[in-house]
Amino acid sequence: MNPRLPLISAIAGSAALLALGLSGCKSGGGDTIKVGEFASLTGKEATFGTSSHEGTLLAIEEINAKGGVLGKKIELLTEDNQSKAGEPANIVNKLISRDGVVAILGEVASSRSLEAAPIAQAAGIPMISPASTNPKVTEVGDYIFRICFIDPFQGTVMANFATKTLKAGKVAILTDAKSDYSKGLAKYFKEQFAKNGGTLASELDYNGGDKDFKAQLTTIKGAGADAVFVPGYYNDVALIAIQAKELGLGVPLFGGDGWESENLLQVGKDAVEGNYFSTHCSPEDASPKMTAFVAAYKAKYNKTPDAMAALGYDSAYVLADAIQRAGTTEGAKLRDAIAATKDFEGVTGKFSLDAKRDAVKSAAILQIKDGKFRFLETIAP
Amino acid sequence: MGSSVSSKPSLPDSSARFRHHLPPNDLRRPLVNEISQQLVNGLALGAVYALIAIGYTMVYGVLRFINFAHGDVFMLGSFAGYYLAPRVAQWFPLPGWAGWTLVMVLSMVICAAIGILIELLAYRPLRDRPKLTVLITAIGVSLLIEYTCQHKAVFGASQKAFPDLLPAGVFKLGGLSFNTTQFVVLGVTVVLLAALTFIVKKTRIGMAMRAVSHNASAASLMGISNTFIISFTFGLGSALAGAGGILYGMTYTGIDPLMGVNVGLKAFVAAVLGGIGNLPGAALGGMVLGVVETFAGGMSGVSTYRDGIAFAILIIILIFKPTGLLGSKQIEKV
Repeated sequence: MNPRLPLISAIAGSAALLALGLSGCKSGGGDTIKVGEFASLTGKEATFGTSSHEGTLLAIEEINAKGGVLGKKIELLTEDNQSKAGEPANIVNKLISRDGVVAILGEVASSRSLEAAPIAQAAGIPMISPASTNPKVTEVGDYIFRICFIDPFQGTVMANFATKTLKAGKVAILTDAKSDYSKGLAKYFKEQFAKNGGTLASELDYNGGDKDFKAQLTTIKGAGADAVFVPGYYNDVALIAIQAKELGLGVPLFGGDGWESENLLQVGKDAVEGNYFSTHCSPEDASPKMTAFVAAYKAKYNKTPDAMAALGYDSAYVLADAIQRAGTTEGAKLRDAIAATKDFEGVTGKFSLDAKRDAVKSAAILQIKDGKFRFLETIAP
Repeated sequence: MGSSVSSKPSLPDSSARFRHHLPPNDLRRPLVNEISQQLVNGLALGAVYALIAIGYTMVYGVLRFINFAHGDVFMLGSFAGYYLAPRVAQWFPLPGWAGWTLVMVLSMVICAAIGILIELLAYRPLRDRPKLTVLITAIGVSLLIEYTCQHKAVFGASQKAFPDLLPAGVFKLGGLSFNTTQFVVLGVTVVLLAALTFIVKKTRIGMAMRAVSHNASAASLMGISNTFIISFTFGLGSALAGAGGILYGMTYTGIDPLMGVNVGLKAFVAAVLGGIGNLPGAALGGMVLGVVETFAGGMSGVSTYRDGIAFAILIIILIFKPTGLLGSKQIEKV
């Protein structure tokens, strides 16, 4: 990588900014456009929040370096919800009523997006979730959008994957009963898997944050499953994989985008090897958008981005694009502009928003091999 | 169809029914294995609860209050092991038995020191205040430890992988799979409980502990230093919590600064279940809770309610035996 590249682009950016700054200045009311972001920067799902925040921040900086939108810079106000229930409501209330943001970006976890969505809807402030896949999130109202696929699609993809690629006839499901995301994914997986002619060996629950999964895994082992579907988050999945290995379960585990975190590899080590999960995109994708994004991300943060970072990045660009097209930051007009997003060329692929305000796009399936996430296949909607 | 069966002589019919109730040997076997496997899982979990429950019960015995920060001392024990392991590995190979013993002993010493320090700084100044004041202070200490440890400069909030301290060995015993850790957890718990019983029942300091527990002012008239005994009790209880922290880390691998909240609550319940203030009771309560929770967790449909079921059993036992399984009736002195 050329180390001088960021510097050159920064200079070019500021030159462009200067040019625009001279010609701009049309609308009054503050010299920046305030956008609020709520993310889980600490706590259980901290790596998700951190990734999506870093992606979002990178996009905003790029947009500002190119002169911002409507001649104004975007000011990103980020708040941490500590991965806790109850916090998103407080934070989003504060962002809207005290800071006066024009739009909200966030969250990864569906449970927390669902908490913030009614507040944004009531205030008439558009909210774009980068990665909440539970269908209920955008059902809250017409101001709530997402730029990722939804669980019915992800659940269907994984059910077909279990039947076709894993050739599993009998699958056990281990769901996080505390998470809307996990329950939704399990539900849609079951529906499609039954259609494919598969049977369920057993269906068990745990509570996110548990450390002991041996009770459930012992039952699953006794039920003789060909594979275990674990639609949970990486912290729990790592421990499940370790304890499954200890009990000698000996069948593959597979799950959804909640798995994708470096933490899964660090904690799970060799116990997670060979297992599969579906996600939004892979940094191994060779598209020019993705290549440029991976390079910029590496230059800024010195690490390879994951799907959450890519979605965070896309969410900020979708918003900026909509503000540009709306020509204003007024709630209802901005909402209509976001809803009209069509064939958007993002890092995570080309997508449009449908009538339910969900993105229609393809999923990638990754496998954990030699301590890395390796790209296996893409599945189109 | 039913009439043709009933018209037959009774002997073949009953044997057919007998076969129906008891599946052939090869079908029955996995179920038996599964049940005994769950029992092993449950006992290993219960052993950790037992070690922590003893700390609650001992402090209650001498001071008549619940030290809610005890679950956090358990968490600190796990993190002591996490940070000690790489250093110990420079002298003794890890995973290995010598290194493991050293990590275990050092973590217990660190936790004992932390326990004594907590008592000295937070509880001793409040010794003559109402018990409620001390109880609320204990909750404060607990929150202070939890949130300080979540800070990036301390441990950070994210989950960490506990290092391997013992050579991993999964050995099969007729379809049952035991691992080294499960044996060690049960073995260490039994040894520590035996050592504790010896200290309390057979040594002078143990006699002094019992005397303070029985009547603190009379004990001090007999020349026993209450302050020393109380410090010693905190140290002993915290050392056991430290051991529990290491064993828990070895069994479940993931540790984080909030791990003590749930486990501490369960251990407290175990102490009440066995009869608060009663040492064998705390051990028994821990085991019962661990086994019940594990069996509930392995059952389809009720696995979500594993904690709820454990607490429901506590309520049922307390309705019929208000002093707990092994607790004795306390007579209020007027």
